[in-house]
Amino acid sequence: MDLGPYLLFASLEGLVHAAVLSLIALGLSLVFGVMRIVNVAHGEFFMLGAILTWWVSNFVMGNPALGFLLALLIVPLVVGIIAMFSDLLILRHLKYDPEVTIIATIGILYIIQQFALMTFGPDARPVEQPFNIRLDLYWFGFSAYKFFVIFSAIILLFCVWLVMAKTKFGLILRATQLDSEIAQAFGIPISTVYSLVFGVGAAIAAVGAVLIVPIQQAHYLMGGEPLLLAFIVVIIGGLGSLKGTVVAAMLIGISDGIISVFFSPNLAKILATLLVVVVLLIRPNGLFRTIRI
Amino acid sequence: MKKILKANISRRKLMKGIASVGSIVAMPGFVSYSQAASSSPIKIGFQVHRTGIGAAYGRWYDRTTQAAVKIINDSGGINGRPLEIIAEDDGTDPKRGAEALEKFANQHDCDVAFGTLFSHVVIGSAPRAGELKLPYFVVSEGHHVASGMLNRYTLQPGITDVKSQVQAMAPFVKDNLGKKVTMVYPDFAFGHDHRDYFSAAFESQGGQIIAKVPIPPTESSFSKYFPKIPRDTEVLYHVMVGPAVLTFVKELGEFYGSKGPKLFGFIDSVEAVDLSTPGLEFLDGSYFWEGNPRYAQANQTDHDKFYRNAVGVDSNGASVSDPKDVSTYAHMFGCWETLHIIKKGMEKSGYSGIKDRAKLIEAVESMTSMPLSQAHPQGAKIFNGKTHQTFGHQYITKMTNGKLVLAHTTSIEDTFYPDEVDYTKQSF
Repeated sequence: MDLGPYLLFASLEGLVHAAVLSLIALGLSLVFGVMRIVNVAHGEFFMLGAILTWWVSNFVMGNPALGFLLALLIVPLVVGIIAMFSDLLILRHLKYDPEVTIIATIGILYIIQQFALMTFGPDARPVEQPFNIRLDLYWFGFSAYKFFVIFSAIILLFCVWLVMAKTKFGLILRATQLDSEIAQAFGIPISTVYSLVFGVGAAIAAVGAVLIVPIQQAHYLMGGEPLLLAFIVVIIGGLGSLKGTVVAAMLIGISDGIISVFFSPNLAKILATLLVVVVLLIRPNGLFRTIRI
Repeated sequence: MKKILKANISRRKLMKGIASVGSIVAMPGFVSYSQAASSSPIKIGFQVHRTGIGAAYGRWYDRTTQAAVKIINDSGGINGRPLEIIAEDDGTDPKRGAEALEKFANQHDCDVAFGTLFSHVVIGSAPRAGELKLPYFVVSEGHHVASGMLNRYTLQPGITDVKSQVQAMAPFVKDNLGKKVTMVYPDFAFGHDHRDYFSAAFESQGGQIIAKVPIPPTESSFSKYFPKIPRDTEVLYHVMVGPAVLTFVKELGEFYGSKGPKLFGFIDSVEAVDLSTPGLEFLDGSYFWEGNPRYAQANQTDHDKFYRNAVGVDSNGASVSDPKDVSTYAHMFGCWETLHIIKKGMEKSGYSGIKDRAKLIEAVESMTSMPLSQAHPQGAKIFNGKTHQTFGHQYITKMTNGKLVLAHTTSIEDTFYPDEVDYTKQSF
């Protein structure tokens, strides 16, 4: 392939990757920013989203687009509620101690993963694309659905920004993030906010899953790699910084696409990890630090 | 995190944990009982990929195994004793594979172990089988048995190995498809067998391998690998395994449409995949190696009919109860045939218990010709006792109107290569 189309292909692949990654990382970053806990089970909420999408799309007969739209509505809601319950039942009782919650969320990770294995089974299951159109770009073909993924992710990110910047709920979140004790003194129900944030964080990851599963298939072990990449993104972008998360996801996603295509996918992972080390050395609080730890 | 673990788990707690594990092991259910009377069942430890990347194969290896055991038991078992399968999930993981063998030998007193497919699990488990002196009948296709890498206790009598398969494919690819080949293969032992032995065989035929594209078997998206396929590729040789094979072929179709190079694939790339899935239309006209043709062919033998029916597979290669549940037909016959070989070996050696394990291995080593029969529905085979590897016919099918139609059958001789080891010289 010539350099031009090669680069175009790599960038497109990278953009799809970056779109989904920014959603997953955004959820992780939101939870850390507001609650100051590291949610190791985040990847499993993503996986849960994928598996529920398979269930919903199988339940709905007829046009695959119907099942997909229904999944887009229901799945994030269900995953969000499950996450809220795990906050109510477990994390709240640990008083959000940062170290203990790491262990607790590792436990949640295994519970969700084994539950998926026991119910959904060990197989990878495909979800049909809502529309199956192949765009012929002369040098190579590209699925129209992948453009849809990029487009949807941008809209969603914009919505999250809108909520954070322009609504009262966003104001409450930002206040809690800045200083939870003072926020509480001003009458903000911190524990309700925490449950909601934990649910919303998981729901955003689940939206990413609904978008990606028609491309990648649902599988009970699919939560591991996105979790790792989301951590990398969040560390580079700065824990708790939404802007930083999106910029870092673009950086990691697109460079991953380009390096994978031009060199090797393994090198892309190595370089991403190396970048984390460099960022930690030079700017220990990430490129876009917003909170004091 | 390390720090927290250290802080919270004291030595006393650890001792308590160990003690509780000990008490569980000492419970009545875990007592390993000694070999009982001669009418007690013959226990076959079945190492099965129930979870992990080999799960689809595991499901069908299990069904085939259960079907074969039923046939054998209904006809009187082995030396008057019924067969009993002790299944253990290895998670398609080498470490767990070795642990499973340990359980078979030490907890369940299994007579033999059997059934492993994925080559890294075989390679991880076989040394333990040798140490435990547990006959280990693998159904893996890897060349590691015949290469001499393993030991006298590991045998592969029921399925042919990659080296013999690809060697028989090379002339067909060169004569019918093209001389410039790019190979796409999974980056672990099984894929390396393809890379090494196909390229050697193809180049000795006068062909040329212009690029090799390895892909990690746990990969979930593949498009990024396809630009590495050179534009002057005449034939794309693809073999992929793992849960994401459907994504692999779909993305291949997305990338090339109908404009790509000619395709020659190992069926592994679409094993257990429904070929009528939207997006796979581009495969029409492409060729596949199949260990055993998935679709019932025009020249179907009575033995294939019987075997297909016993396992519960329809003429399209899917489960009779669910047409979407497609079998791993090209590989799973190996379980059926291996169990029949174990039966024959035990009968020949007058096997009566664990003390006769060496005699069983010698009996199997002395086997040579295995004619097409109910016990060998895939076709006739010639077993090489020295290398512990069987040799047989290979099938090439062409995707025609959504079905795989037989295009060529190789002879057994096409698959021969010089011996690389003589396991019979190793002591037990």
